[in-house]
Amino acid sequence: MLTLSEVTDISGEEGNLQVKVLQHPRFVDMDKCIACGTCAEKCPKKVEDQYNAGLMKRKAIYVPYSQTVPLKYAIDKDNCIYFQKGKCRACEKFCPAGAINFEDTEKELDLKVGSVIMAPGFTSFDPSSQDTYGYAALPNVVTSLEFERILSATGPFMGHLSRPSDKSEPKKIAWFQCVGSRDMNRCDNGYCSSVCCMYAVKQTLIAKEHSDVDLDCTVFFMDMRTHGKDFDRYYEHAQEEGIRFIRSRVHSAEPVPGTDDVLVTYVDERGHQEREIFHMVVLSTGLEIDEHVVALSQRLGIELDPYHFVQSDTFHPVATSVSGIYACGAFTGPKDIPQSVMEASAAACAATQPLAVSRNTQTKTVEIPAEKDVTREPPKIGVFVCNCGINIGGVIRVPEVAEFAGTLPHVVYVEENLFTCSQDTQDKMTAVIQEQGLNRVVVAACTPRTHEELFQETLINAGLNKYLFEMANIRNHDSWVHANDPDAATQKAKDLVRMAVAKAGLLSPLHQTDLPVHQSALVVGAGVAGMTAALSLAQQGYPVHLVEKSGTFGGNALQLHRAYQGEDVSAYVKKLTDEVSAHDRITVYPESTIQGVDGFIGNFTTEIQTPDTTETIAHGVAILATGAREYKPDEYLYGSHKAVLTHSEMDRLFMNDDPRLKAAQNVVFIQCVGSRDETHPYCSKVCCTHSVESALELKRRNPDINVYVLYRDMRTYGKREDLYREARKAGILFVRYALQEKPKISDSGDQVRVVFRDPILDRELAVEADFLCLATAIVSYHDQTLAQFFKVPMDADGWFLEAHQKLRPVDFANDGVFLCGMNHYPKPLDESIAQAQAAASRALTVLAMDTINVGGVVCHIDPDLCAGCLACMNVCPYGAISEDKEKNVAEVNEALCKGCGACAATCPCEAAILMGFNNQEIYAQIKGALAA
Amino acid sequence: MVQNENFEPRIIAFMCNWCTYGAADLAGVSRLSYPPNIRPVRVMCSATVSPHHLLRALQEGADGVLVGG
Repeated sequence: MLTLSEVTDISGEEGNLQVKVLQHPRFVDMDKCIACGTCAEKCPKKVEDQYNAGLMKRKAIYVPYSQTVPLKYAIDKDNCIYFQKGKCRACEKFCPAGAINFEDTEKELDLKVGSVIMAPGFTSFDPSSQDTYGYAALPNVVTSLEFERILSATGPFMGHLSRPSDKSEPKKIAWFQCVGSRDMNRCDNGYCSSVCCMYAVKQTLIAKEHSDVDLDCTVFFMDMRTHGKDFDRYYEHAQEEGIRFIRSRVHSAEPVPGTDDVLVTYVDERGHQEREIFHMVVLSTGLEIDEHVVALSQRLGIELDPYHFVQSDTFHPVATSVSGIYACGAFTGPKDIPQSVMEASAAACAATQPLAVSRNTQTKTVEIPAEKDVTREPPKIGVFVCNCGINIGGVIRVPEVAEFAGTLPHVVYVEENLFTCSQDTQDKMTAVIQEQGLNRVVVAACTPRTHEELFQETLINAGLNKYLFEMANIRNHDSWVHANDPDAATQKAKDLVRMAVAKAGLLSPLHQTDLPVHQSALVVGAGVAGMTAALSLAQQGYPVHLVEKSGTFGGNALQLHRAYQGEDVSAYVKKLTDEVSAHDRITVYPESTIQGVDGFIGNFTTEIQTPDTTETIAHGVAILATGAREYKPDEYLYGSHKAVLTHSEMDRLFMNDDPRLKAAQNVVFIQCVGSRDETHPYCSKVCCTHSVESALELKRRNPDINVYVLYRDMRTYGKREDLYREARKAGILFVRYALQEKPKISDSGDQVRVVFRDPILDRELAVEADFLCLATAIVSYHDQTLAQFFKVPMDADGWFLEAHQKLRPVDFANDGVFLCGMNHYPKPLDESIAQAQAAASRALTVLAMDTINVGGVVCHIDPDLCAGCLACMNVCPYGAISEDKEKNVAEVNEALCKGCGACAATCPCEAAILMGFNNQEIYAQIKGALAA
Repeated sequence: MVQNENFEPRIIAFMCNWCTYGAADLAGVSRLSYPPNIRPVRVMCSATVSPHHLLRALQEGADGVLVGG
């Protein structure tokens, strides 16, 4: 990992690129810094903290935030007193590890790589120039990012809701949406930033939670764009919680003389001007690409769109115009975390595809000494007590703790270290373990969460099983939090050491075994998502079985006319189908279904029913890409009047150049047909853009045609907003309707009569429509059978439920099974393709291994104690427990077990044991804790 | 329980490795201060804490048990 570094140039071609990197000096030796924070404590220079949006101060030597990776300090040269004035060096004087290096210099690095992924992220729009909202002048007008820090426990007010001017708790807060987004007047950001509606709703609810009073939250918005999975439910929840949503773009925010409050002037939907006072205003600022990223892109020749996002096409969502350079995240267009994570995996897939031939050509094998069998030896425990410079030793009397450790049972060796984690101590520890014949090791130092692995490696190097190790956390849980009470801290340290030693005495070696991986994949569903995933895996060198229930490949895309950027969908689907059919690593199974699935990650067997026979295949991973379908409504005269169509039926007319299109004078679109209602309480995401595209297509074919779009919120998110603007410019009329007052349709001969209320005119209008196009919902197939076969969950709407909605968007909790496309949630083609590439990428992490390593800290069920009640099976969140029907006992599949121990707590017979955390070990710790 | 002014409870805290234990680590990194009465037992998930563990802690003389997860 190269930190403080920037790419200055890339040359060469895909597969053989030379990258020039400029690494700025850190002035802190990463190998020596133990991140104790003494330097920052002693540094006399206070600097505005960018991470906290300037709301608080940091020091000139600092880590940007507490979860920083790598957790190492750095000197901000521009603000360091020594660098600026030639005197100080306080950090150097106080650093217990001798890590400060003022002589550190800038380095130029030349890297040879096969491909590059650009993930430079975004910057938040700076609203200082928009004086009507008073951001620069009024202290209580903050950006959403500033408000995010105000709400954070690590922020300026430690999570207490306070306003900047007087630190008082606001009772009334307003959010202004679309600041720096959807705006071609006060800035040049014509796009929608996609994420602000959702984060504003989130901020209102969290602010309410953090507030001691009944906080009054008001969101001023144009269209509420909560189009993601489960987002609409969240929006509804916010409305139920009493958040006010006012449809208006606010005119101005002004000071209220004599107070720090803000006067907000806006015009409501009926055209009345309103004035209201708020204690605080949050500007929901949009996403922009940083000017340095724009400059780098121009230098590298990466084509950007007019808004400086990567100019990507629908069918290659993570490619750039430069071969070998890929992009993901907000750089390709504004997007939220799940979509960014998907694109990240997609980019990893696309960037490694041309390099697949070189896989495993530069690997090295680590030499590990043979493990000593200690099972028959009595425990011989060595205890290493760390001073951590002065971090522990400055509070806890370490010699006293070390002496105490020597009195504990089975302890045969005690050592005190200045830094137990330093490389020379590790080398010494290896020697001591061997010389003293230690068979258990306890380190009393910092936290196992950061250092357990390091010490376990030392055990391995000394020929000991790595699980014969225990830590006593006498720094984070002791000296750092009880700094003002050295006696109590020293006593606690002794107790923690006693607990660790007591557990260590009972530890037994745990073993891991390698299971072979069947290096082939099953993809279910041959729509665009399934075919993309299959092709990606095949091109990476792995055999793929592609199963499709119908006789044709292409799924819903076969019905689409054009993608939102105008690309020809049919031509692309044909090309993709041809490539899939011709690829010698892909076996296709048309008109086939899954009949049964057995096994687990790396080792599945699946039964496929083809038209002629039943085949059983073995595969290591599975990708579910079973799609979704268009909803067929039972309202608005659909099915009984020929003028009433769905989206895909309208696309069919376009593709067939239907003569009726030429004759049409009036066309009406109705949005949210079957979406965002009681039956389907979600947004189908694609319909707004689809209607706008179709409306524009009608205008292109016949400029005199009248097109009306009746909508609830126009959700042309991201770059799709340009289409919406273009449509309004083309004279297409957009009229909002409310769910309580839907448009009324009646038969009028060859036409239908559409009656609706215009909320701005506050009048009822009627249109005799030649076509009424219903923007119908996308609904799930609710395939319970498939879900049961693969042991994967489905949500209330029938969408497959991923392992984590934000961070693991294409994984299932059941290892080795992945998802992509519309069975996850309705989505447009570009997002389906990115998700398919992401699923392939995640599947590759399994397929690229010859074996998977199982065991270690996992559960074990003792068959002699098991009563066969299967309570454990019901609580296991990973489906790792199954029933051995012959013996009538439960058994754990170590390949699926994540070691949570839920089964161990549930088992009434104590037959289920979590290895390394068994009851005897925990009881010993409890006894040790209370023995003083 | 006999209460007096000098009473200092001894509390066994079962801490999930992935959340509470990490939070306690962060409390240290942030140099927050809290009373030294708890003795943490790291577990891999709060779901693995069984009634047996809670009872055992009380039997061994703990004045309170905290499960964080």
